[in-house]
Amino acid sequence: MSISAPERKVREYFPTEDEYQGLLDKRSRRARLFQLACLLSLMIAVVALATLLYTIVNDSFGLVAVVNERDPEAIVADLGHEPDSVALVDLEFDELVGLLETTVGSGVGRRLERDQRFYDDRLVFESEEEWAEICSSDAPPEGCTAGPRDHSNVYALVLERVVVQDVIAAYDLVPSIFNPSGFEEEIAAGFEAGRFGEYTPDQASVEWRAWFNLNFLRSPQSATPEVAGIRTAILGSAWLVLITVLFSVPVGVGAAIYLVEYAKPTRLNSFIQTNINNLAGVPSIIYGMLGLAVLVRIFEPFTSGAIFTSGVPPAENGRTVLSAGLTLGLLALPVVIISAQEALQAVPDSLRHAGLALGATRWQTVRSQILPVALPGILTGTILAMARAIGETAPLILVGAASFITSDPTGPFSKFTALPIQIFQWTSYPQIEFQKLAAAASIALLLLLLTLNAAAVILRNKYSRRA
Amino acid sequence: MTTENQVDRDQIVARLTKRRRPGETAIRVFLYLCGALTIATTIGILYELGTESFLFFQEDEVSLFEFLTDTFWQPQVGRFGIAPLVLGTMYISAIAMAVAVPLGLLSAIYLAEYASERVRGFFKPVLEILVGVPTVVFGFFALTFMTPVLRGIFGTSVVDFFNVASAGIVVGILIVPLITSLAEDALRAVPDSLRQAAYALGASKFEVSTRIVVPAALSGIAAGFVLAMSRAVGETMVVTLAAGASPRNFEPGVDPLFGYILNPFEGAQAMTGYVVITANGDLSYNTIDYNSIFAIGLTLFVITFALNSLSRRFVKRFRQEYE
Repeated sequence: MSISAPERKVREYFPTEDEYQGLLDKRSRRARLFQLACLLSLMIAVVALATLLYTIVNDSFGLVAVVNERDPEAIVADLGHEPDSVALVDLEFDELVGLLETTVGSGVGRRLERDQRFYDDRLVFESEEEWAEICSSDAPPEGCTAGPRDHSNVYALVLERVVVQDVIAAYDLVPSIFNPSGFEEEIAAGFEAGRFGEYTPDQASVEWRAWFNLNFLRSPQSATPEVAGIRTAILGSAWLVLITVLFSVPVGVGAAIYLVEYAKPTRLNSFIQTNINNLAGVPSIIYGMLGLAVLVRIFEPFTSGAIFTSGVPPAENGRTVLSAGLTLGLLALPVVIISAQEALQAVPDSLRHAGLALGATRWQTVRSQILPVALPGILTGTILAMARAIGETAPLILVGAASFITSDPTGPFSKFTALPIQIFQWTSYPQIEFQKLAAAASIALLLLLLTLNAAAVILRNKYSRRA
Repeated sequence: MTTENQVDRDQIVARLTKRRRPGETAIRVFLYLCGALTIATTIGILYELGTESFLFFQEDEVSLFEFLTDTFWQPQVGRFGIAPLVLGTMYISAIAMAVAVPLGLLSAIYLAEYASERVRGFFKPVLEILVGVPTVVFGFFALTFMTPVLRGIFGTSVVDFFNVASAGIVVGILIVPLITSLAEDALRAVPDSLRQAAYALGASKFEVSTRIVVPAALSGIAAGFVLAMSRAVGETMVVTLAAGASPRNFEPGVDPLFGYILNPFEGAQAMTGYVVITANGDLSYNTIDYNSIFAIGLTLFVITFALNSLSRRFVKRFRQEYE
């Protein structure tokens, strides 16, 4: 009796072999399920990225149904060329201008010439006297001062004004490859339903179109989606990055050097540090408001270039590349400072001590000992900060990036547009062609960012190998 | 003899006293100014948001009380209640967090506790690329992929073209990498001795992760969540493109809560969306529209600042625990 009682108790508290095995199985099953759930969550991130890229590429290429008012091959043949070997784009500059001259009405032609003239030395649509009169008026058109049009510009005009291509329907890449007949059925159904207005089915021809192509990169922006390009936007983004770098790198690295090498732990300095961390968390749209209220409005004489052009009031009223670049510079500043600080802090103290012990001043030590070691790290951080600045859209909209502008930016005081602005504008238009353009512009932007990030990775690898 | 000594001493003292170096001082001043510029930026932001908002509330049509309590944002008829815009922002952020918190946390646990070096080497760059994609491209993605998918699943009569759900899900995808990387850092900072102790007691990896490591890193993880929330609130392009441009004005008590006020498949303009749409195009200074975007900016600034401060407090607590 006295022995069996504790035995029973043991059974109550400890499971039998089978029960034990069952519990163990349950636990390990739960553990496996959890691990699977974790892995799946990570997979979703990959799937999301893949879907994003797929959507963009899928939208940038594919079949389109176009209606040409005049057949490009017939135009080439009319000019006495062999249509099989000479495409419209291969025509000489003079031939293209000739086509415009014979097709476009004189009113439109004069307007085109006032926007930008065709030749440096002669006028096509305007007469010399009238031109001189227009240009000496109070508000001369841009054509009076801008350089002449180039080949790609005139080619785009020919497409827009002579060929008058109209994309009436577009198909995505994947269905274009696997189900091209579906597109033709869709068009036929569209004609039946009267969705294409006055066009008749035999006018429409189906052709392959890569929305992301060389001409797209080279052409200026246009209201006609068939010929619109992103050169204006690319140049605008390039100007922005230039100004952003010129502003935020010296100032950011300077501030980082001050905080890491010079600053004593006073209350003011720790406030500066906290403040930088705070600024890094401010939404970009608020920087846009800062740019609008301070750079565009209060500093208008400076950012519009008025104080440099002595008297001639510029038309851009502060909504210039300079304002936008400085706004992005302020936005990137905290990121540049923080990454430069990290790079400087990673430099071993022994270098500082050695420099100072040899009698070098603090700046001499920083310049010749510490900066060279920290440079790759600073560069990496800076490139990543710039990559982020390029993709920013909201601050640019606030400081007044022009939504529609066809002339390239010529300096810090020009009006501008930028790649993300283009994507935003095109995405918000309902027509399908603009959606395709937005996708193609996204490819261009992502490629640009990929290049920058690759540069940062290469630098980082080089750096870590040396360390 | 003494005078000669005196001359020597003077020379030595002169040589030992710090020489004036104007160049060094100039550089020091320049570097200091660089640092001080960040304070000027903050002052600029506060000043410009403050004064323009003040002008906004000076307008006859607007009062601070109405701004905070009215549930209609209709500048055309002079009703300026910020509630519909805050509703849009908060609703989108809530959906985004509902998507991003589980995904981000589980991903972080996998990366910190389970993944081998090779697996990490594959997933980390993917997350970094996701961080680098500009938000306007995500906006395009929301409009051309997420919205049609939602409309395909729930039907085009249920889901409007501009809707909160699409914007929220895509903002969620956007902030997943942020949560993952912050949470992973927090998990990795948990001392290994805690894990070893739990293993020694016979715990499985699942039990160690969920009952030891995650609770131990909780304040660090929470800091990541709050920071991600702040990012979602300040997100602009996705909400502008995908959630539409009409504020979801509502009559409290009259409009059905789930049928309308909290319907995820209808559009709702967010604060950032209103600012962008209003500023897009030529906005003239000193109009009520111009001033209103600063009042909204100030609200946005206060919300994000509060969230960021909260996040930093969590981080501080976390550091104290382990340092």
